[in-house]
Amino acid sequence: MSTLEIKDLHVSIDTEQGNVPILRGVTLTINTGETHAIMGPNGSGKSTLASTIAGHPRYKVDSGSITLDGEDVLSMSVDERARAGLFLAMQYPVEVPGVTMTNFLRTAKTALDGEAPSLRHWTKDVKTAMAQLRIDADFAQRNVNEGFSGGEKKRVEILQLELFRPKFAILDETDSGLDVDALKVVSEGVNREHSKGAMGTLLITHYTRILRYIKPDFVHVFVAGRIAEEGGPELADRLEEEGYDRFTAQSAVEA
Amino acid sequence: MADTTQISPDTTSEGERTELGRYADKARIGAPSGTADTRAVIDGFTEEGESLPGGDDGVEQLGFKKHSHGNAPVVPEASRGERRRSFDLADFPALTGLEEDWRFTPLKRLRGLHTDALTGAAPAVAVGGAGNVTVETVGRGDARLGSAATPEDRVSAAAWNAFSEATVITIPRETVADGEVMVTVTGSAREAAAQHILIHAEAFSTAVVVLDHSGSATLAQNIEIVVGDGAQLTVVSVQEWDDDAVHVSSQQAKVGRDARYKHVVVSLGGDLVRLTPSSIFTATGAEVEMYGLYFADAGQHLEQRLLVDHAVPNCKSRVTYKGALQGDDAHTVWVGDVLIRKAAEGTDTYETNRNLILTDGARSDSVPNLEIETGLIEGAGHASATGRFDDEHLFYLMARGIPEKAARRLVVRGFLTEVIQQIKVPALEERLSASVERELAAGNL
Repeated sequence: MSTLEIKDLHVSIDTEQGNVPILRGVTLTINTGETHAIMGPNGSGKSTLASTIAGHPRYKVDSGSITLDGEDVLSMSVDERARAGLFLAMQYPVEVPGVTMTNFLRTAKTALDGEAPSLRHWTKDVKTAMAQLRIDADFAQRNVNEGFSGGEKKRVEILQLELFRPKFAILDETDSGLDVDALKVVSEGVNREHSKGAMGTLLITHYTRILRYIKPDFVHVFVAGRIAEEGGPELADRLEEEGYDRFTAQSAVEA
Repeated sequence: MADTTQISPDTTSEGERTELGRYADKARIGAPSGTADTRAVIDGFTEEGESLPGGDDGVEQLGFKKHSHGNAPVVPEASRGERRRSFDLADFPALTGLEEDWRFTPLKRLRGLHTDALTGAAPAVAVGGAGNVTVETVGRGDARLGSAATPEDRVSAAAWNAFSEATVITIPRETVADGEVMVTVTGSAREAAAQHILIHAEAFSTAVVVLDHSGSATLAQNIEIVVGDGAQLTVVSVQEWDDDAVHVSSQQAKVGRDARYKHVVVSLGGDLVRLTPSSIFTATGAEVEMYGLYFADAGQHLEQRLLVDHAVPNCKSRVTYKGALQGDDAHTVWVGDVLIRKAAEGTDTYETNRNLILTDGARSDSVPNLEIETGLIEGAGHASATGRFDDEHLFYLMARGIPEKAARRLVVRGFLTEVIQQIKVPALEERLSASVERELAAGNL
């Protein structure tokens, strides 16, 4: 059982117009076995939270803390965070020139585990996971994400999730840009890994659609860099009917 | 040039292939011309040819810097096939740096190769490896010299006129060399020098010849290569010079009927290395593969200008060059000229250049040129792409647990391995892989 704890997190970015605060005090605790959905309108800071947990250099933590089983995540480098068990499925996975998927997956697995995976089992695991996610076998010989469609890139993110088996998976709008078939395939992958009982999931999404396939235990509504409302899965249903207007209007008044 | 069609001349094009019969009798890709409809879309080109801005004042799109050429006006040749070829130095005027084929080269750093008499001591040549090839040192009067190659530029002509002895390596007819022919070229002097080496693979012979350059030198070199009918020859030219070396080398091959010729360039060391490898088809049915790998560090200038001359029907050529750059003022140049002459029906050619920029401050120029004088070909295409390894790539790999240095090495190694694997000499492949690793370590990557 692990716990990822975010306390009063304030994050800003430096722009040409100066420093812009994005997260204004986020507090959130996720335990192994739980699925938390973070929902919110564009610009509310959802993706910033995801990238900050993973350690993207663009985001500057002004105050607050992130801990994983009591260990200070913010003092870790990006790769250390991954090795500690955090996995970010990226919203826009980049193409990496010169590195085949096969080489990349094996290198990452070796770095994460501290030892090279047994070749026989590993090859089989990769093949099985690729087949389950309906990724063509020839993708293994292609360069990481190079020439992949949006949907293919997202599937490859979930492939990594299944192969790397993190303690906590942060899915940054993994559902964006997917058609319904791809959405199902991707959701199945997440559920497969989640059902093993060793992972906590933070699901960041703009739409309620993916919540039909991945059932959240908790729903947090993000508005203007804060959690504006929290609840169970019923909150997602309410958002589906009412949209974000109620929250955005409120935040406009506050501002 | 009204009959000339211009198709996407520049360096960001991916996987273009010309379609048969689509173009007029003489279609040129990559050479300046001026049909009204293309003028509008090709940045930097006018009716007069390329318009070369004095500074980097081009349009930036999507964060990519506008492609830029050198800073001087250039009068292009009408056709690559019309470039002057001569043994007489006087046929080549003194260089100004404005010449089409010298515009990327920093002449000041040639240490006099283009101006001085090349009277220094040539780097020592030692030939080992295969026991069943003939190695001779001959005087400049030997009739075989100059049979395969004619100088195409001033430095090459100067070298031709200055060398005193040449090394001639002959793989006898129908002989399979019983090992790699290792030609070590070791420089130990700074004075501008000339060198001449002739490699003759006679009919139906098979060999791998490695030219292994190291040490310190200021060298103008002509490598003449004859690939006889049905011969299979691989020539690998490795430049692992000391940091101060200057090396200008013409490596011309005359390729016979049904021959297979593979040429591999690996340029890692030296202050300035400028290679001009060419493959000239002289009879039908031959195939040529030309590979290159270059890795430029801060301040290094690594240039390669290729020519594949399809002068006869039914020959095939493939060109793949890959470069990595790191550090301030690391500069690489790749110019790939492919000429399909009127007679070269049934030609099948493709050339590609890829560059990977690892740090700020480096510059890579890439110019594929395809000149087609007949529509009756199998295929002709070119591709060039220059990308950079940036913080987002790094973040992606690190977010998967891979430490920063390992992430950078992973990318570069993967990128360059494709070329190293083409050498097919395991010991040399290993050595060069290790050299690439050292380059990475030196760049603190």
